[in-house]
Amino acid sequence: MSDIGHPRNPTRRAAARTMAVGAAAAALVGAPMLSAQARAQQYIGLPSYRVGPFAAAGTGVFGGIIDVMTYTNMTGGINGVELIWQECETEYIPARGIECYHRLLTWGAHRNIIFNPGSTPMVYALKARAAADRVVLLQVGLGRSDAADGRVFPWLFDLLTNYWSGASAMINWIGARAGGMERLRGKKIVHLYLDNAFGREPLPVFRALAPRLGYTLIELPVALPAGLEQGAQWTRIRAERPDWVILWGFGPGMSSTALTSAARVGYPREQMLGIWWQGAEEDVVPAGPAARGYYATAITPGGRDFGIVREIERVVYGAGRGNLGDRARIGSVYWNHGVVVGSAWMEVLRIAQARFGRGQVLDGEQVRWGFENLNLTEARLRELGLHGLMPPMRLSCADHEGAGVIKVMQWDGARWNIVTPEWVSSDRAMVRAMVEESAARFARENNITPRVCPT
Amino acid sequence: MFYRETGNFRASYAQDARIFPLALDRTALLVLLALAVIVVPSVASPWLLMAILIPWLILSLAAMGQNIITGYTGQLSIGSAGFMAVGAFACFNFMLRIEGMPFLLAVLLAGLTTAAVGVAFGLPSLRVRGLYLAVTTLAAQFFIVWALENVGWFTNYDPAGVMTAQPMIILGYHFDTPAEKYLLVLAIVGGLALAAKNMARSNIGRSWMAVRDMDVAAEVVGFRLVRTKLLAFAISSFYCGVAGALFAFAYLGAVEPTTFSILLSFQILFMVIIGGLATILGSFLGAGFILLLPIFLAIFFGFVTGVTGVAYDRALLSAFEVLLFGAFIIFFVIVEPHGLARLWQVTKERLRLWPFPH
Repeated sequence: MSDIGHPRNPTRRAAARTMAVGAAAAALVGAPMLSAQARAQQYIGLPSYRVGPFAAAGTGVFGGIIDVMTYTNMTGGINGVELIWQECETEYIPARGIECYHRLLTWGAHRNIIFNPGSTPMVYALKARAAADRVVLLQVGLGRSDAADGRVFPWLFDLLTNYWSGASAMINWIGARAGGMERLRGKKIVHLYLDNAFGREPLPVFRALAPRLGYTLIELPVALPAGLEQGAQWTRIRAERPDWVILWGFGPGMSSTALTSAARVGYPREQMLGIWWQGAEEDVVPAGPAARGYYATAITPGGRDFGIVREIERVVYGAGRGNLGDRARIGSVYWNHGVVVGSAWMEVLRIAQARFGRGQVLDGEQVRWGFENLNLTEARLRELGLHGLMPPMRLSCADHEGAGVIKVMQWDGARWNIVTPEWVSSDRAMVRAMVEESAARFARENNITPRVCPT
Repeated sequence: MFYRETGNFRASYAQDARIFPLALDRTALLVLLALAVIVVPSVASPWLLMAILIPWLILSLAAMGQNIITGYTGQLSIGSAGFMAVGAFACFNFMLRIEGMPFLLAVLLAGLTTAAVGVAFGLPSLRVRGLYLAVTTLAAQFFIVWALENVGWFTNYDPAGVMTAQPMIILGYHFDTPAEKYLLVLAIVGGLALAAKNMARSNIGRSWMAVRDMDVAAEVVGFRLVRTKLLAFAISSFYCGVAGALFAFAYLGAVEPTTFSILLSFQILFMVIIGGLATILGSFLGAGFILLLPIFLAIFFGFVTGVTGVAYDRALLSAFEVLLFGAFIIFFVIVEPHGLARLWQVTKERLRLWPFPH
């Protein structure tokens, strides 16, 4: 799709321009009509943010999703069904996201089935609307944690790991590194977070675990919009000398400021652990050598040594149809995240087609069934080339989260190295109890009668 | 030729005081209203209603609030998004905490709450002016968002600090579909626009404009400064508060305080500047320009990409849209510094002479 590195053919452009005038009238009726109607087509509306402060994440994640769909189309589609999509730029602004949602809902005669805004505020704003329109709303590694309760939020899916599971798994890993959870007693942990809904989301987990495990929690909020003002917080960290600093921010600005500030006050980067939105190449490169030794969690680790990544590079980029402008970003953390998300959709479509008819175009209700019956076992992940890139996971009517596990990576100054070969699990029982309690409260306040799930 | 004053006689004071003295204007307005009330809800797609018309009407209302304080009274305020936040969260809390609270009453109370907050933050206007006042209203913007974020009571202790709007029920009727929401918003915004227009051309509006043009002179001719300025702040905040409540309930459905960031405040200020200071029509035109132009640019470029079949780099294209939007703003401010409303005025004057201009 991107033309960087592939000089455009001027004659093709000129021809296209003359054709444009004639085609304009036809296109007004509906763009999809132009393409061949011989094959069945499954349409997905794709909101993305390629400009704005979070463009680094957006170009990677949405590029990865598109590359997976292109790859699927180039290898026979979903049982012969071709995937088609429309992109809409949200700039991470909630109002633009809502506009995109409605614009993408229908395209010609096609109707959207999945909406993945990659933004917590948009998920909040759209959750009622998407359920009414029968569109599956996704919040992969973001959003409200209690949405994992599928009985209260039937149309909202996490797919991998939510913030509460992430927070719990982070504490588990810190405990394991200390040599056992009982060693956390007396330790000091700083939660350095962006002061908004996203940054406060894990607080219930950290607070609940503090008395149980005996660590002291120090909460240090960083002001919006980008979390660049951290002077006072790092003075405090220097004074407190905590054993760990958990960095809970978004965007390269916040992470690089934290890392360079840590270097300035002499706080070891080896005792800093970032949330997965602070664990991409783009998040640490601006900090330069100050980032060396910094740990970050990952729900989808970076790297090219995965089957699906090699396949996409060979098939899609080999044919010059890749979405990334810079091929060096193949295998980057954000792009891999998009590949995982896209691959999960493809599997969901296959599962739903197996149930509702192979080669069929699916509607939202059927795709939702596919999500609730998604079962990615170890063996299946190997078949799909996703082994190691995502944990084995299973969704159900009641559980919309899936895995609830993380990996931890360390930045060596040039690349992320995975330090946990196995996935680090969270305290599933505790997180699930919190999820159910919070979801039940939401249901009560909003007069929702939770579904009854078959057990 | 068609558009002229000939034959429009004003035989009574009531006729003389009409907003639209020309019969043709009145007919056009009635046709427009009939279109908006009858045709649009039945024909328009959910996208047009939810993504274009509803936010446009709501932001026009907020721009009217901004126009009252900045355009009519001449007080530079950069806190309108903060006041919208007060309205949204006040409405949420009235609905939440009072059993059986009717929606319209909650909106009204939210507006009044915002008016009270607006008066409190308007007090510095009695002492400071111009850019200095802008700075104090900026404080309002940050303080309000900070308070809503950090005092759990406002969001009913939601773990993520987000409020989810309750259903809008008026006399047992659920305003649920896009068309119903649109009609509700249209009714409220239409009513308040009429009220604003009448305030602007009555004694209240004249007192505001007198203060704007020269406050010492206004005081000398008998306008009480304290009362006039605070009334302007109260009414302006009331409009912003109602807009905020509608923004949360009829448009977004769930908001966190950061939705009402300084960026939204600036957008509303630009709506007023581009639409036309001290005009009600300008609030609608400016809101349309700021809200709709980026959307249409995005659609236009998507259309061009689809038709030519040439796949441009999406990131580059999106950046170019922003660039073009900026260029349009500069163009309109240079061509007509008095705003889009002034362009409409000039068009009407030209139309009166058409086809034989002299």
